[in-house]
Amino acid sequence: MRLQHTASVVIIPLLAIVLALVVGAVVLVLSSPLVGGQLDVMLPVKAYAALAEGAFGSFNGLVQTIVSSAPLVLAGLAVGIGFKAGLFNIGVQGQFLIGAVSAAAVGAGLAHGSPLLAIPAAVIAAMLTGAIYGFIPGFLKAYTGAHEVVTTIMLNYIAIQFVAYLIIGPMRATGATFARSPDVGAAVLPILVGRNGHLGILFALVAVPIAWWLLFRTTVGFEVRTVGANPDAARYAGMSPRRILILTMSACGLLAGLAGAGEILGISHFMPAGYSTNVGWDGITVALLGRSNPIGILFGGLLFGAMRAGSNLMQIQAGVPVQMVDVLQGVILFFLAAELIVRYVFRVRAAHAEVTELKTISRSYGGQTTP
Amino acid sequence: MRGITKRYPGVLANDAIDLEVRPGEIHALLGENGAGKTTLMNILYGLATPDSGEILLDGKQVRISSPSDAIRRGISMVHQHFMLVPVMSVADNILLGEEPMAGPIFLDRRAAHERLHELARFFGWELDLNAPVGMLSVGWQQRVEILKAVYRNAQILVLDEPTAVLTPQETKEIFVMLRRLTTQGYSIIFISHKLYEVLEIADRITVIRRGKVVGQRVPAETNEKDLAQLMVGREVELTVDRGTSHPGEPRLTVAGLHVRDDRGREVVHGVDMEVRSGEIFGIAGVAGNGQDELVSALVGLRQPSGGRVHLDGIEVTGHRPRDLHKRGVAFVPADRHRYGLVLSYPLTDNLVLTDYYDAPYARGIVRDEAAIRQHASEAVEQYDIRTPSIDVATATLSGGNQQKVIMARELDSDPRLLVLDQPTRGLDVGSIEFIHRQAIAKRDAGTAILLVSAELDEILELSDRIGVMYRGKLVVVMDGRSATKEEVGLLMATGGRESAEATVEASGGVPR
Repeated sequence: MRLQHTASVVIIPLLAIVLALVVGAVVLVLSSPLVGGQLDVMLPVKAYAALAEGAFGSFNGLVQTIVSSAPLVLAGLAVGIGFKAGLFNIGVQGQFLIGAVSAAAVGAGLAHGSPLLAIPAAVIAAMLTGAIYGFIPGFLKAYTGAHEVVTTIMLNYIAIQFVAYLIIGPMRATGATFARSPDVGAAVLPILVGRNGHLGILFALVAVPIAWWLLFRTTVGFEVRTVGANPDAARYAGMSPRRILILTMSACGLLAGLAGAGEILGISHFMPAGYSTNVGWDGITVALLGRSNPIGILFGGLLFGAMRAGSNLMQIQAGVPVQMVDVLQGVILFFLAAELIVRYVFRVRAAHAEVTELKTISRSYGGQTTP
Repeated sequence: MRGITKRYPGVLANDAIDLEVRPGEIHALLGENGAGKTTLMNILYGLATPDSGEILLDGKQVRISSPSDAIRRGISMVHQHFMLVPVMSVADNILLGEEPMAGPIFLDRRAAHERLHELARFFGWELDLNAPVGMLSVGWQQRVEILKAVYRNAQILVLDEPTAVLTPQETKEIFVMLRRLTTQGYSIIFISHKLYEVLEIADRITVIRRGKVVGQRVPAETNEKDLAQLMVGREVELTVDRGTSHPGEPRLTVAGLHVRDDRGREVVHGVDMEVRSGEIFGIAGVAGNGQDELVSALVGLRQPSGGRVHLDGIEVTGHRPRDLHKRGVAFVPADRHRYGLVLSYPLTDNLVLTDYYDAPYARGIVRDEAAIRQHASEAVEQYDIRTPSIDVATATLSGGNQQKVIMARELDSDPRLLVLDQPTRGLDVGSIEFIHRQAIAKRDAGTAILLVSAELDEILELSDRIGVMYRGKLVVVMDGRSATKEEVGLLMATGGRESAEATVEASGGVPR
């Protein structure tokens, strides 16, 4: 029974990926005249082979895949755990940026001290501020009914502008040629493996089992899942949906902030004024691909990380622009959202009374489930 | 219908069923939930295609491919859940989907209204066709549904549990309407599992069990016991032997309780009552007289706006559900899908939904999966919950078994006060019997039980004392063993005011 359940959960995301690769192949064939001057039906094979080789073909490629996956996994958890509580956290980008700038600030402040102090301080600062930035929409939802989709989107813009202000203003490094924060120095995460396999990848690897354990093996996780599945029953059972909403949004913000810390301390080592990131949107796709299950999210994050890591080799070997990866990602998201199409194409029958994450969102949107 | 067979994966829903309905006949279809009644009617209505068998209309073999096809052939179905648009008028609801047109754009209401008036006169009603359906009582809405079918020239009407939501008075009025229809040659298929109703209204009764016709009866030659036995396949106690009760000290004391509904209107106006240990206190009343709000205030889901509630002598007014649960209040909610269960959860989780946070199911914040699973296995055994495994989603269980899951959970803690809100609504005879037995057993063990039900028979069969709720007040409390159905029914409808006007108003509020 359990196995069968797992199979039915895994099959739709897998089929969505297959469909996306097929659609991607069509796009590649149709656009091949732009690459080689004539229609090339073999281009998809070349492109996908290069993509796979870039991601998995060498030790450094593999490390790069994992490094690219780490923030995606954390962002996926930040969205997916929200889904479990019936929340649609579109604010991962904002929470990520706030966490990142906090890590950059604390890191810069402790740049000349001991790494043993600087690293934990910067990471904890990022988690804490991310959590606070998640707490705000959670609190607003719980006590005023303001829908988190609206508030988190607005908070994203606030975060973008606030970070820009900090970097151009008080946090600007003296002597830099462009607006950026000072180097984080001692807070730089040590490289554990390969060329750039920094400590941050462990954050993601540790977060996955912890998130899974909290969700499925603790009473808190049970409350989160119950509030998401049926807030009325949660109230009946003596739970406090308000408390859970706030707690969940804060936890999501914490994870997003942690992702921000990993990117700043592990890769860029400073914060530029216009830090551009798609991590919020990628997180949504990863969470949907992983069906909001931490283990699924780990695989979803690895897949997207691999596509990011392999895209350069794809561009070099097959002449296909790296943006092809965005196309694939978009098509995957499309098929996950339009699950019916996938079911129709592959004749997969819906399991009885299945509640998918998207259904939960559409049900909560409109304020029907105010606590 | 001849030899209708329909197979779904894993089940034979209909196994060579023969059903013959004559013109001008009310033919009752009786069976437990999941017996195959709905499948059979879906086939007749074009919602499902049979694997084998044939349907003959007036002697001619037909293939019914869709509901619109069925309607064209004069077959109409009135669903248990009304398919009406509350904000639209009676007339517009009836015309919806078959609007009479004057030219390509404009509606031609006049001719249609003319015919509707005629139909209303035929039934002897004074019905305001322009009244919004949402303003009508449930009984009248039911009649509008039937009128809709008649307006569309249905010759065969399928009524799926039409009386489930009606008061006894409203039921009588619907029966008058159905009788009148049969005099005009209409045929009616009446689906129900209320035995006494079937005996009262049907000309013939076909009983289905596990997809097979197990018997056909004429009301004159049968009785409730016989029908129940056919339905369930074994001997059934229709009225549980309630034995004698030994009420003890007052357990729940409610004084001057006022409660507001979601819109802020006060709907409970100062209720006083007392439920003693070892007794069942039944609250009867037409739905919507404040029972829902009273119950939700007593179990902590709603804050009362005034008055006091004591449990075992300790004031618990406005306490939260968790606190009340810890003090021994168990609650079986009326809306089991909304409150009582998380349908996507496996049985294991639903069986600990109110106890998950404490030993033995958790230590600190860590759940003890082994204890939870063991508890589920024991509960499935003890409460005879029919399920393929404890890991299946609760949504896949039948209504009766879902209710057993809730009962198992709520009774397991040996509650001091058990609140049963519509505990058998929509359940079949076997499940009702089971739940009544459990309630009696808990009563004998000394639990105080508050039973709220729109099902008058249930109240009369179980209650030691009966309170009748009317417009937010408990208008009378009487002895449960000497009360008669007529007496309580009249009080439900009038609240004790004897005038004829009040009777009419409460039995459906004839809109003029």
